[in-house]
Amino acid sequence: MIPAAFDYHRPTDMAGVIALLQEHGDDARVMAGGHSLIPMMKLRMADVPHLIDLQSVSGLGGISIGSENIRIGAMVTQTDIIADDALAKGAPILREAALQIADPQVRNMGTVGGNVANGDPGNDMPGLMQCLDATFSLIGPDGVRDVPARDFYEAAYMTARTDEEVLTAVTIPLPAGGYAYEKQKRKIGDYATAAAAVQIVRDGNICTAASIAMTNLSDTPIYSEAAGAALVGTSVDDAALAAAADAMQGDIDPSEDNRGPVAFKKHVAGVIVRRAITRAWSRA
Amino acid sequence: MSDKIHIKMTVNGKPEEFLAEPRELLIYTLRERLNITGPHIGCETSHCGACTVTIGGKSVKACTMFVAQADGADITTIEGIGGPDDLHPLQTAFKEHHGLQCGYCTPGMITRAAALLEENPNPTEEEIRFGMAGNLCRCTGYQNIVKSILAAAAEINASKEAAQ
Repeated sequence: MIPAAFDYHRPTDMAGVIALLQEHGDDARVMAGGHSLIPMMKLRMADVPHLIDLQSVSGLGGISIGSENIRIGAMVTQTDIIADDALAKGAPILREAALQIADPQVRNMGTVGGNVANGDPGNDMPGLMQCLDATFSLIGPDGVRDVPARDFYEAAYMTARTDEEVLTAVTIPLPAGGYAYEKQKRKIGDYATAAAAVQIVRDGNICTAASIAMTNLSDTPIYSEAAGAALVGTSVDDAALAAAADAMQGDIDPSEDNRGPVAFKKHVAGVIVRRAITRAWSRA
Repeated sequence: MSDKIHIKMTVNGKPEEFLAEPRELLIYTLRERLNITGPHIGCETSHCGACTVTIGGKSVKACTMFVAQADGADITTIEGIGGPDDLHPLQTAFKEHHGLQCGYCTPGMITRAAALLEENPNPTEEEIRFGMAGNLCRCTGYQNIVKSILAAAAEINASKEAAQ
């Protein structure tokens, strides 16, 4: 497989990246680990006359855990997420999800920034970041701005990021309570048939807060506010699980593909969300 | 057609320098430019792991990296792990435990397993299966591959202890 020819750029600072993006407009794309973009270029589904490799740009790595927030640099890999014990303590759902992404070799290259910025509905991190109410930091010619993950995704591969902007970091409020990332896939390395990210807060036997997001069940990740609301004030019994699953079904819009017809995907989504809620509740 | 760029890399300890189009995939650089044909092309879509090499200590699929990205990289292939006269304990174990049948996936399997044993010198069977999940074998059913890696880990650890 031979992708179309391109000019390769490896700037060493963000000013250099922005200058290239301004010069080449939508003929340029930034690349982090390349494990979404390179396959698309090999299939010639992505045409990138100017490829800007971020590997030498300083300031895009690192995981820092503060008293209220976690900041993850865009170039942090899935392997880095799995290996960070402090992160696994502060936000264990991140490791649980990263372990279900692709395989070891791909996780060594694939980054958090690439996963969330690409806008592929099959990627796991966008839904997860919506569940966690994360904020994405973007830098462009006019400076820096923050966009909530829940407002970032517009359609498949279409996001709030403009052509001249680069996603530099993800900031997550320290999550509270129990968690679960549940993913149904056909094989290792496959995208989800359905996946659910759940964070749930418990006071005694009553759920006081719940956040639920679904992956690969629409052309964007789906933060289902209604599904979370259906659990609040309940003891997360069978009736509450059914109500949350019903509410979630109202928000997703899966389409048929080689992972199955619409009815099957809806069925799997229901099973997965119940499993995720049950597991998160048991850990809350 | 874009211009060729100047690439420098170290492969199995040997410095290499050449001009290449940035779009050349690293697996083709290794196999066709440098005649290092241990890493294989299986699926060419980052699923099968036959092209696995080690870059800076980490396992990577060479079919999903442009040569331009690897400019400056330190790369190890199966040829750098062991050869006919100095088999790596993993190679010996694969031979003794029938960890291969057709052999097509084997260079990638052993290259990945070598990095896995660096990351985790004492893996359980489950950790091996999880750590080898990016390498497909259509012959063995994996059982003897797992056995081989367990045996190699024991052998490597025993010789380390003996050396101390």
